[in-house]
Amino acid sequence: MSAIESEASESHQAARNTDKTTLARYYHQMLAIRRMEEALAKAYALRKFGGFLHLYIGQEAVAVGALAALKPDDYVIATYREHAHAYAKGMGAKEIIAELFGKATGCSKGLGGSMHLFDASKNFLGGYGIVGGHIPLAAGTAFASKYRGDGRVTLCFFGDGSVPQGAFHEGVALAALWRLPVVFICENNLYSMGTPLYRSLSVADVSQKALGYGIARDRFDGDDVIRVRDRIAEAVRRARNESLPTLVEIITYRFRGHSMSDAGLYRTKEEVEEWKKRDPIAYGRELLVRAKMDEKEIVAIEQKVTEEIEEAVKFADESPELAFERLSEFTYKE
Amino acid sequence: MPRTVAFREALNEAMAEEMEKDDRIFLMGEEVGHYDGAYKVSKGLLKKFGEKRVIDTPIAEGGFVGVGIGAAMVGLRPIIELMTWNFSFVAADQLINNAAKIRQMSGGQFTLPVVFRGPGGSAHMLAAQHSQSTEALWAHIPGLKVVMPANPKDAKGLLKSAIRDDNPIIFIEGEVLYADQGEIPDGEYTIPLGVAEVKRPGTDLTIIGWSKMVKIALATAEALAAEGIEAEVVDPRTIRPLDEELLVQSVSKTKRCLILEEGWPFNGVGAEIAYRIGRRCFDDLDAPVERLTGADMPMPYNHHLEQQCIPDVPRAVAAAKKLLYLE
Repeated sequence: MSAIESEASESHQAARNTDKTTLARYYHQMLAIRRMEEALAKAYALRKFGGFLHLYIGQEAVAVGALAALKPDDYVIATYREHAHAYAKGMGAKEIIAELFGKATGCSKGLGGSMHLFDASKNFLGGYGIVGGHIPLAAGTAFASKYRGDGRVTLCFFGDGSVPQGAFHEGVALAALWRLPVVFICENNLYSMGTPLYRSLSVADVSQKALGYGIARDRFDGDDVIRVRDRIAEAVRRARNESLPTLVEIITYRFRGHSMSDAGLYRTKEEVEEWKKRDPIAYGRELLVRAKMDEKEIVAIEQKVTEEIEEAVKFADESPELAFERLSEFTYKE
Repeated sequence: MPRTVAFREALNEAMAEEMEKDDRIFLMGEEVGHYDGAYKVSKGLLKKFGEKRVIDTPIAEGGFVGVGIGAAMVGLRPIIELMTWNFSFVAADQLINNAAKIRQMSGGQFTLPVVFRGPGGSAHMLAAQHSQSTEALWAHIPGLKVVMPANPKDAKGLLKSAIRDDNPIIFIEGEVLYADQGEIPDGEYTIPLGVAEVKRPGTDLTIIGWSKMVKIALATAEALAAEGIEAEVVDPRTIRPLDEELLVQSVSKTKRCLILEEGWPFNGVGAEIAYRIGRRCFDDLDAPVERLTGADMPMPYNHHLEQQCIPDVPRAVAAAKKLLYLE
């Protein structure tokens, strides 16, 4: 039996121990992220905005579960596929969608776009567009926490595509050497862009990289929000209480392409359909049913999400853009 | 009473004084602590401030440069020493894509008070990979400031300003300047970034140079003075932001401009300065702006070949005379 299969029963137990309100919150977050991204895909097709759009659809339980293990003061830093992490860290759909629409009301004033969502007030330290380039930054924020003794933990998200990058190894090596309070989370969605894992990594088990750096590791499936929360909570506890880093590999799957221009020719429709059966949001709903939440209440959550996203799109649509004259003030701090 | 100190001591004093005042400042880099600095710039700082604030790193520039940026994002004020700027290229993604851009990409939410410092330029017989001027590369990038002191006084005053600045700073110390002695004022002083200085007044031509080229410029001016030619030497001190006004003011007066640059000519800092002088002083110039730069090729190892690749006094004198139509 694999480590991953053995988790099923323990996870159901954990779900039973999670109260209905909390389960509802996770469901709300996951669904809002899904609906937000569907709205973004639609707006993209309507050419309301351009650039790159990397959707997270299918992976929602990872961001929502992992961030549920954090305190508000903790830092999160992520890649260009970071809409979900931003939302789960407490940023509003309004500020996120407005940012993608390039508006001044966006979280980065329309200067960052889809790949560069930031919110200092929520300790969301950004999305980054260079694969692996943000991993040393995570070591830096964790270094600052240890330096100040502020008890904060840094969560650093990246994909399997980051693992061959030097920046991944340097960031993890320094965090290990200096015993920094950081959790490195590899969201292994099996493809780095259009290249399957077996053609980009000599060892399929990413978590084994932890062995060489002498740090703790974990590896599990990412379709169950409760499992993700509880396993990440272990790593967060290790970071917060023992000031030790962990490398966590979460196996997941994106239902959509790498970006909007991806025709998806590198994987079969059957494979995608097979993974869709493990939709983390469908499972999140199932948890609510099992927790005996009334169907009406569940529908009410769904209705609320729909309204939230519609309102956010409207807000973004109606927001102004930043004037060119103001641009230069963002290059240097006076 | 002014004191005489070495260039490396001036830098050391700047860091020690600022670290004394602000415990958000730490020094990180290869050999900065227990080894007391590859070039002894950080000598004694470990003893004074302890391992928490003077941190030795493994040889992983991309990693610890990134650590400095991350730490600065959340409120610390790191000084990151690169053993030499030659090694900065493995950290180029961190410097260009993160340090220079995070403020803008975040809509101004994050500022990066971090200084990246270390020796630059050629030394002696270090061959191509260890002999290069990187200021043109860094100055190309909006979001970075580039500072290049020429003497101990400037080194201390500019480094203190750099440490207090809220932007990422590229601070390049001429490798061959570390042992240079010079007078510095006693007590607290700073020199603002972006302010050039006339290092020698003159009337017949302006020689612009920075870092160790200031020494070549001053020696060239002495040689010219023996022939009755009075050169004004202007040191921008900060490459970005560039004190264009003082350069323009000087050239408007002398009507001739020679730029000395150790780095390569193509897209060099001198090319930018020449453009600005050409545009601003078009009506005043009595000759086209002249540049004397490093040779347009990787640095050779052989001593004689190497010396011919770096601007020197005889060639600077010849270039000055060409400007004055004396040859």
